[in-house]
Amino acid sequence: MSDTETAELETFRNETRAWLEANCPPEMRKPATSDADVFWGGRNAKFSSEPQRVWFERMRDKGWTVPDWPKEYGGGGLSAAEHKVLRAEMARIGARPPLSSFGIWMLGPALLKYGNDAQKKEHLPKIAAGEIRWCQGYSEPNAGSDLASLQTRAESDGDDFIINGQKIWTSYANYADWIFCLVRTDSAAKKHDGISFILFDMTSKGVSTKPILLISGYSPFCETFFDNVRVPKSHVVGTVNRGWDVAKYLLQHERAMISGMGERGVGRPLGQIAADTVGTDGQGRLDDVMLRGEIARFDVDEAALAACAERAVDLAKAGQAHPAFSSAMKYYGTELNKRRHEILMSAGGVDALEWESERSGQGAKPRAWLRTKANSIEGGTSEVMLGIVAKRILDLPGA
Amino acid sequence: MALVLTEEQSMLRDSARGLISDKAPVSHLRHLRDSKDRIGFSKELWHAFAEMGFAGLLVPEEFGGSGLGYVEAGVVMEEIGRTLMPSPFLATSVVAASALNHGGNAAQKSEYLPKIASGSLLATLAIDEGAKHRPLQTSLQAVRAGNGFKLSGAKALVVDGHVADLLIVAARTAGSAGEREGLTLFLVDPKTKGVAIERTIMVDAHNAARIEFANVEVTADSVLGEVDQAAFLLDGVLDIGRGAVAAEMVGLSEEVFNRTVEYLKSRKQFGKLIGEFQALQHRAAELYVDIEITRAATMKALQALDADVAKAAAAVAVAKARAGTTATRAVQEGVQMHGGMGMTDQFDIGFFMKRARVCEELFGDANYHTEQLARARGY
Ligand SMILES: Cc1cc2nc3c(=O)[nH]c(=O)nc-3n(C[C@H](O)[C@H](O)[C@H](O)COP(=O)(O)OP(=O)(O)OC[C@H]3O[C@@H](n4cnc5c(N)ncnc54)[C@H](O)[C@@H]3O)c2cc1C
Ligand SMILES: Cc1cc2nc3c(=O)[nH]c(=O)nc-3n(C[C@H](O)[C@H](O)[C@H](O)COP(=O)(O)OP(=O)(O)OC[C@H]3O[C@@H](n4cnc5c(N)ncnc54)[C@H](O)[C@@H]3O)c2cc1C
Repeated sequence: MSDTETAELETFRNETRAWLEANCPPEMRKPATSDADVFWGGRNAKFSSEPQRVWFERMRDKGWTVPDWPKEYGGGGLSAAEHKVLRAEMARIGARPPLSSFGIWMLGPALLKYGNDAQKKEHLPKIAAGEIRWCQGYSEPNAGSDLASLQTRAESDGDDFIINGQKIWTSYANYADWIFCLVRTDSAAKKHDGISFILFDMTSKGVSTKPILLISGYSPFCETFFDNVRVPKSHVVGTVNRGWDVAKYLLQHERAMISGMGERGVGRPLGQIAADTVGTDGQGRLDDVMLRGEIARFDVDEAALAACAERAVDLAKAGQAHPAFSSAMKYYGTELNKRRHEILMSAGGVDALEWESERSGQGAKPRAWLRTKANSIEGGTSEVMLGIVAKRILDLPGA
Repeated sequence: MALVLTEEQSMLRDSARGLISDKAPVSHLRHLRDSKDRIGFSKELWHAFAEMGFAGLLVPEEFGGSGLGYVEAGVVMEEIGRTLMPSPFLATSVVAASALNHGGNAAQKSEYLPKIASGSLLATLAIDEGAKHRPLQTSLQAVRAGNGFKLSGAKALVVDGHVADLLIVAARTAGSAGEREGLTLFLVDPKTKGVAIERTIMVDAHNAARIEFANVEVTADSVLGEVDQAAFLLDGVLDIGRGAVAAEMVGLSEEVFNRTVEYLKSRKQFGKLIGEFQALQHRAAELYVDIEITRAATMKALQALDADVAKAAAAVAVAKARAGTTATRAVQEGVQMHGGMGMTDQFDIGFFMKRARVCEELFGDANYHTEQLARARGY
């Protein structure tokens, strides 16, 4: 980097820091405590608090819900280096993302790469502004890890496709406005070659959803049914029958996102949280030698993974990343997040076992713990991630 | 002694399994949870348990019980673990009955033990105060008042504390938190003035209570064992409870494992049964090895308790530590290998994960018992 560039970046850092200090409400400088506390946008979106609204609108107006998207699509137009500075400055004060959205994490990147002009202009600004909430129609009852065996059919009818079939585990399908969906457009072709990636409105005639209850006691996902749903062919992203390329590219982004889940490095250190319940000895050490070791080892791994995540982004921006590396990150990040919550449950002891009391926030801890068990399943299981590493990165025979 | 069940013990297992699998499969727990049952277990089943002699399994024959040992108690616990049946068996028939057996005087035994054996009295030990199991940290105060004592303080995770007819309360009559000297056990009627009980519904849909004691008056007769000297008695009683919970976790682990192996043999992806993938085969095989090792360690501990409760501590620590890590692994693998299905409430696997978590905390987790073993070995 040249001296002028470095100086410019320093100016950007100072301005960003000052802006965040002035504009991020104190309530938004800590992680959300529940799903209701997260802003997802969409036609029926409601803010759970005034600070949440203010924070979202200020960030949206700067284009910082999607800082690195082009300005013409509602983004901030930041360079890779500036985006990194923004992330670091947000992390410094513990600022939470102003908008959570499958549109930002998954569909947006796929549209930027594969969408045509009309599709980008139509959808990206609404994602950036939190106007439309998206869900992901990939998995089916018999197509989970083996996603490419999906059976939902799209039959040609003039300028439209008629879609029939069933999806499962569709997160927030009952709240989403639109779906990005994988459908089979050629059943004679090999399984990867007859799939198309298509977008449609969830209020279309023939779409219905049925919530599924999770072990955490919540229903964040659904069975989703399509009964003769009519969708214009212009809603296909990329080429008909080449949807698998789009699907895989999107999955890389999804995996990168999931690998970063969990409150990494922000908030109180785990060991201090544990000290509240376990106590400390005369020298201020956690009064449980084994748990202390477990937590310290976790902290080592978490700090190292954070470095690896930072490096993965830098490698990608430098064009040196292995396209399958997000699978390695997804594997490690999700297993680590499960460990974090196992430790939190250990540290919480009896208090973390309560399920239905005011005191426990209706079992906030155990419910969060149970939810993390899905991290190594959703977006491709840990086994599938390791399989991808073995095959795509290590090039092992037969993998 | 051979580490296999005797013929009598096998028969006991078969009859326990018959009753429990017939009357209380996992759907029984699910129903109690979903109907928000007032007490969280079935009284009818508890009476059936008593009729079969299980309620008084550890109660000596002279007090109307079966006079059996800890291996037999473990046999029943293991069956309970397979279906996650909520039952007063652990708190009343194992822990409280053992406290009375080992610490009670003649009057106390003849008052309470027959009622435990007949299934008409529910009892429980109130020990933990903080979030983690630390028996010596007991600080609930018992001060002498006239002929008796006054108790003040609070207890957490009192298993079945919401329904118990008799509380066995660990209190401090001397010394301070952390010391072995100065602990005393009291038999307290929960209806006594000053006792406030809050039912706590836990993650596993089983029940416990938080109990507060505000100047609760008890007579000198209510002391179980000797004043200031309860630590030794407690060690034994807790070890018996630990051995029993370890056995429950063995049953739980094996059941969740069996269900997972069944799933590996029926779910297809990539045109194959997922059990054909070596990545899963090896993990299933490892889990099998893990469970077998834990089962042996648990049997060893229960036999050691039968031989001499006072000398079983190390074996019990090994068993409870192993049971904790094995059950945790079994339920984690169970959920993971079921994929999305494992995350649904509709599928039973989640119930096992939740119960395993509670069992892990009960009477000390794997970290606690590993640390105990290290201390016992002098490092
Ligand atoms: C909370 C949650 C949210 C989700 N949200 C969405 C969503 O919004 N949209 C969507 O489309 N999907 C979603 N999913 C679905 C998710 O992507 C699938 O559950 C996942 O891909 C696994 O598929 P499956 O459940 O059919 O499990 P299966 O594929 O049946 O897997 C069962 C077990 O077999 C293992 N296995 C399978 N194949 C192999 C192999 N070759 N080698 C070794 N092991 C193997 C798996 O790793 C797993 O342990 C969600 C899932 C969860 C749990
Ligand atoms: C110290 C020593 C003493 C021995 N003594 C004897 C003896 O007394 N008598 C005798 O007959 N043999 C003996 N052996 C040989 C031993 O049985 C073989 O080394 C062993 O069976 C592995 O075979 P291999 O060396 O050909 O390794 P390979 O079979 O080539 O294995 C290489 C690696 O691949 C792994 N692998 C192989 N197949 C699979 C699979 N299906 N799935 C997953 N992983 C796989 C192996 O675990 C290993 O890590 C001895 C070996 C050693 C090291």
